[in-house]
Amino acid sequence: MTPLIELRNLTKTYGRGDAAFQALRGINLTIAQGEFVAIMGHSGSGKSTLMNTLGCLDTPTTGNYLYQGIAVEQLDADQRSLLRRHALGFIFQGFNLLARTSALENVELPLLYRGLTKRQRHQKATGALASVGLPDKLRNTPAELSGGQQQRVAIARAIVSDPSTLFADEPTGNLDTATTVEIMKLLTRLNAENGITIIMVTHEDDVAAYAKRIVRITDGLIASDKMNEN
Amino acid sequence: MFTMIFNALLIALREIRRNLTRAFLTVLGVIIGVAAVITMVTLGQATTKAVENQISSLGSNLIMLFPGAGFGPRSASAGVPNFSETDAIAIIDQIPGIDSVAPVKSSSLSTIYLQNARKTPVTGSTVDYFKIGKWSIDDGRLFTNAEYRSGAAVCIIGTTVRDELFTNKENPIGQKIRLGKASCEIIGVLASKGQMGMSNQDNTIIVPLTTLQRRLVGHTSSRDINMINISAMDGADSDSLIAEITSLMRQRRNLQSNQENNFTVMDTRQIAETLSSTTRMMTMLLAAVAGVSLLVGGIGIMNIMLVSVTERTREIGIRMAIGARAREVLLQFLVEAVTLSCAGGLVGILLAVAFCFGLGSLINVPVAFNVQINLIAFLFSAAVGILFGYAPARRAARLDPIEALRHE
Repeated sequence: MTPLIELRNLTKTYGRGDAAFQALRGINLTIAQGEFVAIMGHSGSGKSTLMNTLGCLDTPTTGNYLYQGIAVEQLDADQRSLLRRHALGFIFQGFNLLARTSALENVELPLLYRGLTKRQRHQKATGALASVGLPDKLRNTPAELSGGQQQRVAIARAIVSDPSTLFADEPTGNLDTATTVEIMKLLTRLNAENGITIIMVTHEDDVAAYAKRIVRITDGLIASDKMNEN
Repeated sequence: MFTMIFNALLIALREIRRNLTRAFLTVLGVIIGVAAVITMVTLGQATTKAVENQISSLGSNLIMLFPGAGFGPRSASAGVPNFSETDAIAIIDQIPGIDSVAPVKSSSLSTIYLQNARKTPVTGSTVDYFKIGKWSIDDGRLFTNAEYRSGAAVCIIGTTVRDELFTNKENPIGQKIRLGKASCEIIGVLASKGQMGMSNQDNTIIVPLTTLQRRLVGHTSSRDINMINISAMDGADSDSLIAEITSLMRQRRNLQSNQENNFTVMDTRQIAETLSSTTRMMTMLLAAVAGVSLLVGGIGIMNIMLVSVTERTREIGIRMAIGARAREVLLQFLVEAVTLSCAGGLVGILLAVAFCFGLGSLINVPVAFNVQINLIAFLFSAAVGILFGYAPARRAARLDPIEALRHE
């Protein structure tokens, strides 16, 4: 079976000449459908670059990136947009919801670009909000929601289009301990019950502990890659 | 493609609804610009039409003769001699096809009745003046030939003069008013003729020419006629009459063949054309000024849209991350700008309709809804949206999603 994600000798260099900085220096990584991977590393280790590349927001300088067998490094910006639209979901540390826009409309946003009818949008968005435990907050704007609730809306927005992979960039970075546990349990459940592959960047060990596999990055290279024993 | 535009419209409308105050301030310039352009053109055309109607109501066989070359905006009348009464007599005696002539002398005189005083344009002429100018009487009577010959102290006033002097609503017939140097008895009130272009035809007093010359204005010279009104017989060819009057007057004014006419002969059609070319010129000028304000309104849209792209950088990043293509971001911002400017155009049209009918009734000009100019102004406002919305939209579409997401 084709793995979901396959990186072959991936490098990424920023800048040119003397100012060039190699953020990724030859990454080989294979992720199968249904995995829950935590990518860890210090700041500047290259984990964000790896995340952006995996999320098809950025392109590698050299090497290959196969997503479900598609050579991502050969896609142009529009094709990568379409890949993100149909197969990927994102959640961010800062939630990144649209201000002054209701939770429902925020969740409907990806569906607008997929050209669904109003009825379909409403149905799917309501379902997604219910599955993250916010069935009664459809009309609330981000300012009226707590941090944990905002991240739940963001998760609903990420899963509403049924992506095969969910990318989470420090998803609990702005949350307190109790809320962190809630959000991580939600992600674990989505991974276990819906079979969504989750790739999460974090620098906290107790957050990474929820993942099934932990990949550590140091200086643009994979330092360790092991299954989580817990 | 259609779904893409429809989606962009949907997204743009959500964006506009999210910030209605900003949207309103953004398009205020376009609203004012469109309203100004439509109001100027509509009122200008209405005025032109009104002038043309007024003049053609004078009848097609009226010919006017006045000193100076040209008439209207390019006239040159300084230092040119007036006519004499014998000129008028010569015209009717020597040119066949002329029905009647009326020499006219005008003067602005102080007019006093009891405590009410004003300046009024006073016309001195013969009895034929009423017939040629299609004046009719509302109350009282016209002056007679006998009164003309004797220079009787009688006058006929227009309705505006009546309303301003006789504020207590008493009957003016038989009352005496002071006109310049003498006192005159009011024997009639003219029927209202209304506005002609910018001048109020009811603001007038008509007296026998002899009365104006001998009693009201101090000294007289034989050359004191400002204008000669001529009416052609029915069926006479106006162009050939104009040619004959021209050659007669050249001869009587001793003009050599290398000298240009120092007088003008015009029939009603030519007068109408000259007057409407004046109002048309004014209309064009005002519409051009209003057009500049529409352009400034467009720059306002571009300004706000550019600020809004910077302000919404992170939002653009989010949209790109969840799969919006560059062209969809471009379309969203472009559609937003066009939607705003079109909405501004529509509001401007509504405002213009209110302005036109309000101002039209104020200056007494019947206003007609002009589909053409409304359409042009609306399309122009849409074009302004595309023109000035494109640069900000392109800037938004060119953002790098990673940078945009990091933007604070």
